[in-house]
Amino acid sequence: MSIDTHDHVIKVRDLVVDYRSHRVLNGVDVELNRGEVLGFVGASGAGKSTLARTIIGLLPKRAGTIEILGVDIDKADDDQKRAIDRRWGVLFQQGALFSSLTVGKNVEFPIREYLRLSNKLTTEIAIAKLEMVGLSPDVYREYPSELSGGMIKRVALARALALDPEILFLDEPTSGLDPISAGDFDQLILTLQETLGISVFMVTHDLDSLHRVCDRIAVLGEGKIIEAGNMERMLASQHPWLTSYFHGARAHADWHVRVKG
Amino acid sequence: MAAGTLVGQARGDAVSISVSGTWTAEYARSLEPLVDAAVNAKTAARTIAIDVAQIDRIDTYGAWLIERTLRALKDKGVETRLVGLPDRHRGLFEKVQAGTQELSPRPKRDNRIIATLESVGRTMAAVGEDVRLIFQMGGAFVLAFLHVLVRPHTFRMTSMINHLERVAWNAVPIILMITLLIGAIIAQQGIFHFRTFGADIYVVDMVGVLVLRELGVVIVCIMVAGRSGSAYTAELGSMKMREEVDALRTMGFDPVEVLVLPRILALIIAVPLLSFLGAMAALYGGGLVAWLYGGINPSVFISRLRDAISLQTFEVGMIKAPFMALVIGLVACVEGLQVQGSAESLGAKTTDSVVKSIFLVIVVDGLFAVFFASIGI
Repeated sequence: MSIDTHDHVIKVRDLVVDYRSHRVLNGVDVELNRGEVLGFVGASGAGKSTLARTIIGLLPKRAGTIEILGVDIDKADDDQKRAIDRRWGVLFQQGALFSSLTVGKNVEFPIREYLRLSNKLTTEIAIAKLEMVGLSPDVYREYPSELSGGMIKRVALARALALDPEILFLDEPTSGLDPISAGDFDQLILTLQETLGISVFMVTHDLDSLHRVCDRIAVLGEGKIIEAGNMERMLASQHPWLTSYFHGARAHADWHVRVKG
Repeated sequence: MAAGTLVGQARGDAVSISVSGTWTAEYARSLEPLVDAAVNAKTAARTIAIDVAQIDRIDTYGAWLIERTLRALKDKGVETRLVGLPDRHRGLFEKVQAGTQELSPRPKRDNRIIATLESVGRTMAAVGEDVRLIFQMGGAFVLAFLHVLVRPHTFRMTSMINHLERVAWNAVPIILMITLLIGAIIAQQGIFHFRTFGADIYVVDMVGVLVLRELGVVIVCIMVAGRSGSAYTAELGSMKMREEVDALRTMGFDPVEVLVLPRILALIIAVPLLSFLGAMAALYGGGLVAWLYGGINPSVFISRLRDAISLQTFEVGMIKAPFMALVIGLVACVEGLQVQGSAESLGAKTTDSVVKSIFLVIVVDGLFAVFFASIGI
């Protein structure tokens, strides 16, 4: 397979995306380094989810190049595309679990499709994944409609991790969770990212998540990346949107202390 | 990149298994028999150590396969150890070791005969529950209707007109086409068989009575149940799924008054109109075939029709239409509001809605037939 190990697992250059007649992204350059957690912020409607969906291939682009694991997806053949599909996992905002399948079957779905393991091993791996995301094996036989919002996110994460991907896309992973569950979820992402060595592309609005989980932050505005870098750089930036975002009413005073100290 | 390997070496009653290579998801298929063989190998060993120092790459799949081997050996009474674990893989192994894999036992299945009887019983109970829900919805519908009669300004006229457009106006072409064909087919079959004993002209009686009294309204109701009843169920069901119905209730609105009443009233207005149009189209189709295929002149057809049927025949047909519309509407709304969280449940309830309403339309038609027979019409 011609997918090699590469320092940039995702490299996006001059990406232009239109939605109907409206230009959402206008020349976005961004890269995700191996083993880092990249947080994406921006006002609602700035195109964060659009960017993630374009990279995953759910939306068409007008111009620019997207390279994933060293493969330009415009030039990739079907086998390469399939190989790439296997090496990323996506956590959708609402979980997007298949409502007609049990939790266990949801997690097993990609395993059955791609790996064709024995039934025993498939089930064991699915349970192991559920336990890794902090769920009891008993949820295996339940249906998604019987679960709470936090559990749905965890099951969705288990499904996204089912094939041990190298890249994980998270679309607002903590939205709709209470602060304690959100904090637990952040911690979970962090430990899984460390133990499994995943590179994470995270779209979020949660300032606490950004602060706890992300190695680097990119800010999207006016169709471009306004600023990218670590938290200190964000706090130091003079861009008006950034100052109101990171120093606004919902920002925590103690970050500034923590970052400097 | 090579698939993982597993080599065992015995020293007295101590065995050391050394694993190396790539232990990842893509090789899991070939690695599983390897570890199973290691577990099942006949050995007198008391202690087994698995050395993982030579592993190049490993993920959850490989870690679990090794952990599974350790657990299986331990269950056989062998003392096991994991040695040479590099720091970079320590977190992964800890995560995998923490898993218990303890699935609560599946609920026990009953004896097959008992299970069958139970399922029959449950089905019957569900039928009873359906009847109860339909009557309950009927009651709620009447209450909402009375409420609106007292306070007419609360009636959602716009909503009803909108539904009327969808279930009546938009249905006209398909209803006309189907009933025209039905009328034509009845006439053709009648002429074909009646001709053998020279009674062609009686085909006019047959078409007239069948279409106006029975088939016209039943065919239209079946079409409406499939076309509009299913739409009602799917709409209300997806509103229920997205908690829109609950939102209405918390704002102090009665979902029956806001959602159900305009829909069912629209049906009650639409079905008689469609039945009338359908009956006319069926007569037209019948007359056309009688003329072209049976050689019965249109003027003869019309004068014969005038003798064969009375206004009463037509009224008997039309009086049934609003009742059948009510049944279709009630079933559709009951099923829609019973939808649970999953997409599958929405599909199942929509199917149920169509099947039950068509069944009940035929039952209601039968009840009317008994009723009219006993009052001598």
